[in-house]
Amino acid sequence: MSIFIDGSTRLVVQGITGRDGGFHTRQMIEYGTQVVAGVTPGKGGQLFDDSVPVFDTVAEAVEKHGANTSVIYVPAAFAADAVFEAAEAGIELIVCISEGVPVQDMMRALPFVKEKGARLIGPNCPGLITPGVCKVGILPGQIVMPGPVGVVSRSGTLTYEVIFQLTRAGIGQSTCVGIGGDPLIGTNFVDCLEAFEADPQTRAVCMLGEIGGTDEQVAAEYVRDRMSKPVVGFIAGQTAPPGRRMGHAGAIISGSEGTAAEKMKAFRDCGIAVAERPADFVELIAAAL
Amino acid sequence: MNIHEYQAKEILRAHGIPVPPGEIATTPEEAESIAARYGGPVVVKAQVHAGGRGKAGGVKLADDAADARVKAEAILGLEIKGLTVEKVLVTPAEEIASEAYVGIVMDRATQSNVFMVSPEGGIDIEEVAATNPDAITKLSIDPRYGLLPHQAMGLAWALYDDVKLARQAASIIMKLYEAYQAAGATLAEINPLITTPEGEVKAIDAKMNIDDSVLFRVPEVAAMRDTSSEPAAETKARDAGLSYIKLDGQVGCVVNGAGLAMATMDMVKFYGGDPANFLDIGGSSNPDKVVTALEIITADPRVKSILFNIFGGITRCDDVANGIVEATRRIEIDLPIAIRLTGTNEAEAIEILNRAGFTAMTDMDEVVKAAVELAKGDTSA
Repeated sequence: MSIFIDGSTRLVVQGITGRDGGFHTRQMIEYGTQVVAGVTPGKGGQLFDDSVPVFDTVAEAVEKHGANTSVIYVPAAFAADAVFEAAEAGIELIVCISEGVPVQDMMRALPFVKEKGARLIGPNCPGLITPGVCKVGILPGQIVMPGPVGVVSRSGTLTYEVIFQLTRAGIGQSTCVGIGGDPLIGTNFVDCLEAFEADPQTRAVCMLGEIGGTDEQVAAEYVRDRMSKPVVGFIAGQTAPPGRRMGHAGAIISGSEGTAAEKMKAFRDCGIAVAERPADFVELIAAAL
Repeated sequence: MNIHEYQAKEILRAHGIPVPPGEIATTPEEAESIAARYGGPVVVKAQVHAGGRGKAGGVKLADDAADARVKAEAILGLEIKGLTVEKVLVTPAEEIASEAYVGIVMDRATQSNVFMVSPEGGIDIEEVAATNPDAITKLSIDPRYGLLPHQAMGLAWALYDDVKLARQAASIIMKLYEAYQAAGATLAEINPLITTPEGEVKAIDAKMNIDDSVLFRVPEVAAMRDTSSEPAAETKARDAGLSYIKLDGQVGCVVNGAGLAMATMDMVKFYGGDPANFLDIGGSSNPDKVVTALEIITADPRVKSILFNIFGGITRCDDVANGIVEATRRIEIDLPIAIRLTGTNEAEAIEILNRAGFTAMTDMDEVVKAAVELAKGDTSA
């Protein structure tokens, strides 16, 4: 088992003929993901790498190839529209990799996605991977292995670091999800924790947070009140100076809300073991399993 | 991106909000001649990206043009929260009957824009929130329909009982919402919104923050960026597509990805050092970016060692390795470098580095420990 993606995932790549879209489509196919179609307006009728049919619209990819999941690699200016298009076409899971999407664009797209009953992951995220089965996005396939640990994170490369250390220690993963570093995202920590709690393969969860916002604090309360499975947490940005933006639009500390110290305290108060370093996940997760 | 008060006021004026006139002076003489043109008392206001300007002595009332010169002289060059005042806004002093607060902010929790208004203006809204939260009225705006006129009127009633004042305020609130949307802002505040003894409602101070991701769409707002108010290295980094923030430590950090960069800084602290900076070289690794990163870090005199922590995904380790080698060819680097590379094209990268006389590690904790020791002058690490 896994969360959100598995053997039944039928993927359409929005922006398949772009540089990033093309590169990662090949990587996803190589990993075993069923990439059933691509979309680039104006390039309908072409074949990507002589194998994947390209359409002008997502609706055609859904109608002709039964796509149920989409991944978006289009430039930031068009990313929100790509989300709208996917949701309108009936896609159930939309994964938006694009970085630098205007916040107000996402604000309009989010209620639409909800109305259509779809789930959005991202934007500005690495996507997700179910080891040995399916990957959607840009997470490196060679660092994961199947196993009992769910990973959910707001970061990209920091997530790779933790997965790499788990795998090196022989601890495999059920599904790894990067939810994205932007202030407005489609799927938050609680959504993922809920899915991991319900997933029979997952026996423990690694949660990697960052400074900024209050999602981690809300997630901590969810773990305390609703979860039976052990969770180990980490917060990046303990040394970040207040009020400065650290790369991600999300990593802004405003006033007393959203500091690393505050989030780590919320974790501890709710019974979440706190990793001081990424390397600590190995021992803490091993103890929890 | 932060913009100055005078720039925020330009945006509000362009959307029809009543804002008193004002002009920018960079010398006391200019301040005097602007004040002479207005006649009567003026307010001289420091234009820096920092709150608490008033308390820091950055806002002064001047009786006449000669006094404006004296006040400008005192304010120009003043340090406010580490920033030097290089410009002042000179604006006619208004007669104030009452002060209110009107603001709109992007709220992560409700995933909407939220209006906040309070009849207690002229002080920080954070202070009102702490001491008298009931004095703040909040309204979440549905992004599908935007701010509706009756909602604006409802907010205005929270400020004024008088219908003439409330109608003026409602009109200002509608226009503020338009300005906020058009500029791609994540925050817009009028504080204070004043009433005059004649019954006029006006915005006499304004603050706006702009979403960096929207700047490509609003070039006239993007042009408002004031690079004089940030360290030169941060401007250089942004121009090169790097994300850099200067700190005060000794270990210069070069990392790919914001989360890993922050975690690396935290590890530096954990192992007894202090990070000199946050630096994210981003996803696609062009060797030129690495060269620029090293130029920026080696220009910081506090830096005693350089730490590379690269987890290759989209970023290719061999690109970073080539950048390091190229940088040592172009600029003289006397500082010790500790390098960790893992992931995409790791083997090629290590070979490139070895040929150039560098060694590379593959473990994050190891490389951080090494860099901290090197910064302390211990070369045995």
